[in-house]
Amino acid sequence: MIGKAWKFGDNIDTDVIIPARYLVTQDMLELGKHCMEGIAPDFSSRVSKGDIIVAGRNFGCGSSREHAPLAILGAGISAVIAISFARIFFRNSINVGLPVLICKDVVEECEEGDLLEIDLESGRIYNKSKDKEYKSESYPPQLMDIIKSGGLTNYTRRRLGINV
Amino acid sequence: MGMTLTEKIISAHTDKDEVHSGEFVIARVDFSLANDITGPLAIKEFEKIGINKVFDKERIALIPDHFTPNKDIPSAEQCKILREFARKMDIKYYYEVGRVGIEHALLPEEGLIVPGDVVIGADSHTCTYGALGAFSTGVGSTDLANVWATGDIWLRVPESIKFILYGKPGKWITGKDIILNIIGRIGVEGANYMAMEFSGEALKYISMDSRFTICNMAIEAGAKNGIIPFDDITAEYIKSRNKRPYKVYLPDEDANYKEIIEIDVSSIPLEVAFPHLPSNVKSVEEIGDIYIDQVVIGSCTNGRIEDLRIAAQILKGKKVHPYVRLIVIPATQEVYLQALKEGLIEIFISAGASVSTPTCGPCLGGHMGILAKGEKALATTNRNFIGRMGHPESEVYLCGPAVAAASSIEGKITAPYG
Repeated sequence: MIGKAWKFGDNIDTDVIIPARYLVTQDMLELGKHCMEGIAPDFSSRVSKGDIIVAGRNFGCGSSREHAPLAILGAGISAVIAISFARIFFRNSINVGLPVLICKDVVEECEEGDLLEIDLESGRIYNKSKDKEYKSESYPPQLMDIIKSGGLTNYTRRRLGINV
Repeated sequence: MGMTLTEKIISAHTDKDEVHSGEFVIARVDFSLANDITGPLAIKEFEKIGINKVFDKERIALIPDHFTPNKDIPSAEQCKILREFARKMDIKYYYEVGRVGIEHALLPEEGLIVPGDVVIGADSHTCTYGALGAFSTGVGSTDLANVWATGDIWLRVPESIKFILYGKPGKWITGKDIILNIIGRIGVEGANYMAMEFSGEALKYISMDSRFTICNMAIEAGAKNGIIPFDDITAEYIKSRNKRPYKVYLPDEDANYKEIIEIDVSSIPLEVAFPHLPSNVKSVEEIGDIYIDQVVIGSCTNGRIEDLRIAAQILKGKKVHPYVRLIVIPATQEVYLQALKEGLIEIFISAGASVSTPTCGPCLGGHMGILAKGEKALATTNRNFIGRMGHPESEVYLCGPAVAAASSIEGKITAPYG
């Protein structure tokens, strides 16, 4: 995947990602319209499909709303790279299929608008604008099992012996 | 090697004799819950799994508490999805408006969570139940849907930070001041992915309601769970309520903690968390003049009877400042009824407060007290993020019930006199 970077700071919380007043739908595209609107008005209309959020520490802190990673996907974002993630947001992202990568150096060296290329399989992140390559932290094997199953629900179907 | 309280409870819910931090395990779930925001998404996901019954219809609670009584048509549709699923699956613990309360106050009160449980809830403040000596953590809707299907969940066993609380809390100091003080020390990701285990001699002065408040806000330090070992106060609370038998677990003396932090609670002042993070904590004595437009006393953090008693004690015979809107929200119908019997509701209304039926409402900017641009609210709730209670340019300050009540009279953030 390839997209341009949108930079955010530390502690971007789920109320900023998607304010609670919009949590009356499960429609990803509808949620996406309001993504980040508290701190980046019109974010979703400025994002091009495939763009990447690059953020600081503790991204996604706050509530357990799975609408947060859904809103990010709905806005057209293809992945989030951060220095660290809040735990419920991280689980939710894996579960809904939003790639979340931990890589401090990319975050510190990337500027808004830089073109980033991500290879999820290897965890390689390439900043085309800076011509620099990085490697994201790898996931534990147990988590890889879930990702490779195509998400938690498919993983459960397999455990329960239901055809995937 | 010894186990922390969290490790001990998780291990008892696996097929292993011992588990330690960092291990991935599949743990059996004793109880699970969802609300009107997270439930509909979980139901949609559950339907994708392709089975037609839940793991145990008596171990699931569906609690429409966030946007209820419904604020608009879309929120009514959400509740309808929850209600219809509850009927279809014959879920025993579905709470309709009139019986419903804020989930994390309601379930302990109903005795549905017991010490030693593993509880998984699609709400981040599920960590509240750690106050009962249970392992309890918040997840998203997909995780919960999978719990409904299998009755278990994958967990990475968290490291624990042990907080040893000693000394006696000062006048008006409650669990809110203690947890805000701790979050102020360690920061909003100070316990990310970890368990916060609270222990020490000060616990004997800390009521059950205050313990719920402390564990409730463990998530605001990023924690997976907050937990307090079972003691006489827990026993007293649970004895007339528990709907299931329970087993008490205690941490081993040689358990391995990531860090041990000792805190003299006698030195903790009345605290206020400034916008826009719960870790921006200052003593109320050092903040200068901050004028407020609205005060909210309620939520899963501080809507219990102890909170209302403190607020009423301060508001008795007084009037809410003419520039302030005071909104009091008892967390459950039982709390509401108790407050009525004790004359607290009369005190609030005589003071010029608005008293609402139980709802999460304003805490998350849902309804029943949304802020306009530029307004400031002081609230006994748990989050003060940008736009949390309304307009992105409004502000929320967090505090305990004493500061909230006193400030509603003065019109600015202040400590109670006397």
